[in-house]
Amino acid sequence: MSRKHLFFVILAIAVLILAPLGQKNYIIYVMCSWLMFSVAAMGLNLTLGYAGQVSLAQASFVGIGAYITSLITLAGYHWVLGWLAAMGATFVIGLILGYPALRVQHHFLAFVTLAFNTIVFLVFRNEEEITGGSFGLVGMPRPEFFGIQTMQQINFYYFTLVLFLISAFVFWWIVNSPWGRAFKALRENPIRAESLGVDTRRITLLAFGIGCAFGGGAGAIMAPLVQFIEPGSFSLIHSLKILLMVVVGGAGFFYGPMLGAAVVIILPEFLRFTEGYYLMIYAFLVIVLMVYSPNGLIGLGQKLMARLKPQQEVRKDMQKGAQL
Amino acid sequence: MSQSVLSIRNISKSFGGIKAVRDVSFDVQPGEVLGLIGPNGSGKSTLFNCVLGQLRPDTGQVTVKGTSVSGMRAADLNKLGVGRTFQQLSVFPQMSVIENIILAGQEHHGSMVSRLFGPSDAGLTGEAEQMIAFFRLEHLRDEMAGSLSYGQQKLLDAAMAFMAGPDLVLLDEPAGGVNLTMLGHLKDRLQTYNREHGTTFVVIEHNMEFVMSLCTRIIVLAEGAIIAEGSPDDIRSNQQVIDAYLGG
Repeated sequence: MSRKHLFFVILAIAVLILAPLGQKNYIIYVMCSWLMFSVAAMGLNLTLGYAGQVSLAQASFVGIGAYITSLITLAGYHWVLGWLAAMGATFVIGLILGYPALRVQHHFLAFVTLAFNTIVFLVFRNEEEITGGSFGLVGMPRPEFFGIQTMQQINFYYFTLVLFLISAFVFWWIVNSPWGRAFKALRENPIRAESLGVDTRRITLLAFGIGCAFGGGAGAIMAPLVQFIEPGSFSLIHSLKILLMVVVGGAGFFYGPMLGAAVVIILPEFLRFTEGYYLMIYAFLVIVLMVYSPNGLIGLGQKLMARLKPQQEVRKDMQKGAQL
Repeated sequence: MSQSVLSIRNISKSFGGIKAVRDVSFDVQPGEVLGLIGPNGSGKSTLFNCVLGQLRPDTGQVTVKGTSVSGMRAADLNKLGVGRTFQQLSVFPQMSVIENIILAGQEHHGSMVSRLFGPSDAGLTGEAEQMIAFFRLEHLRDEMAGSLSYGQQKLLDAAMAFMAGPDLVLLDEPAGGVNLTMLGHLKDRLQTYNREHGTTFVVIEHNMEFVMSLCTRIIVLAEGAIIAEGSPDDIRSNQQVIDAYLGG
């Protein structure tokens, strides 16, 4: 990491620490929600943006994490146990979901994961004895650490911020390790990657497992944040929302999901003054962004920077298969 | 005689009613540079794919250093010491040149777990820089692979195939689309690598000048069968080869 980058990170963390001071509870709640969804979007960014594996099931993993954490904390155990169980379970289920990706790709894989999301939704709704069915689960306690309660919204924000920073560090570590290089190789040219000794089967499964574990981790934050969960919060539309966060922010870029989650969670709040029109304006802005910058906001930023300071560009006239 | 690096025994492969490869057998000795030539549809690529595990032959066996590799996955074959280049451009365009080279070697260093917790370059930056220097790509070290010219990407592709220190490298039309200056450079690098490391090459190529000057032995295929085998001079003067492939 360069000095300039390190300075930027420290500055960003300082802003995140100071941001909730003097804010109303609702604003702090929205910020917690942004941090929580950023964690979920980080996971999808790893699976989709870095490893190139399409998934329309991230909300179901947030749901699995949220239900596991809720059940554990409602049974009287500490939240940390719920968090670990949520991440462990979603990692294992993610590995299993990754198996179809070894055989099908692209939109076929999207349909497989979409079906998975639907199955999980139906399990949440129909297994009433465990999940509470359509009524969901309520009253999950907020955790306490070394005598410090997180019932106060600002305390819960700092608790969420710590988890967000831990997740971001783990994400950064993975994508900058040889594993991250192997994920990118899988996305760009799996046949070549395999010929260089990359075990693409294992890497594909790991991309799903780790990405889903981030979803489970986000769910573990969601349970005490909302203190009420029900199946509708984890339906397909919410998976599409997390996908939108990744795409709008910039798939395959480290800061993409954080920026994307900010746009999806916070921008509608700013557009509330438009009342009934805010969704239309929001949708229009997303369409314009996708037309001008398919690489999302980070890609747009890079385009603008390239105008100011021209840099190298990947040639589009020599894609795989071009014979000049 | 030392053990063959590559041994192909009675390989046959059909696609429906078409016999692409017919009972082909040959051995490749350590340090040898073998050329595999023949007209389009002669079975070169099918044979190559049988060696690389992408196709399972109907009959026969392929062994690398005495180990049967029929149906073996490409990653396992690579770990056995087999590198390859591709006919089409096959670099990772969104990664820098040095990242491409490090990737080509990282899976041969440490375990899966140590690669997660170890250094981000898997301790390969020095070795990768040497490989980049060997192929004289130093000035492009940090450029995105996708921004290089066609010939430069071909060189990078070759450098990646050598990064893991293979015993055998299969080169699939390395000269295709490469200009004469770059081609001379590529040939020089391949010959130097072969001389310095004793690595065995099997080359599929249509550029006769390139094959004749690079290879120590040539096998000619036509309609799925071997029609001639010998030194470049023997092949040039073989009437059957002239009639089937080289022309008058």
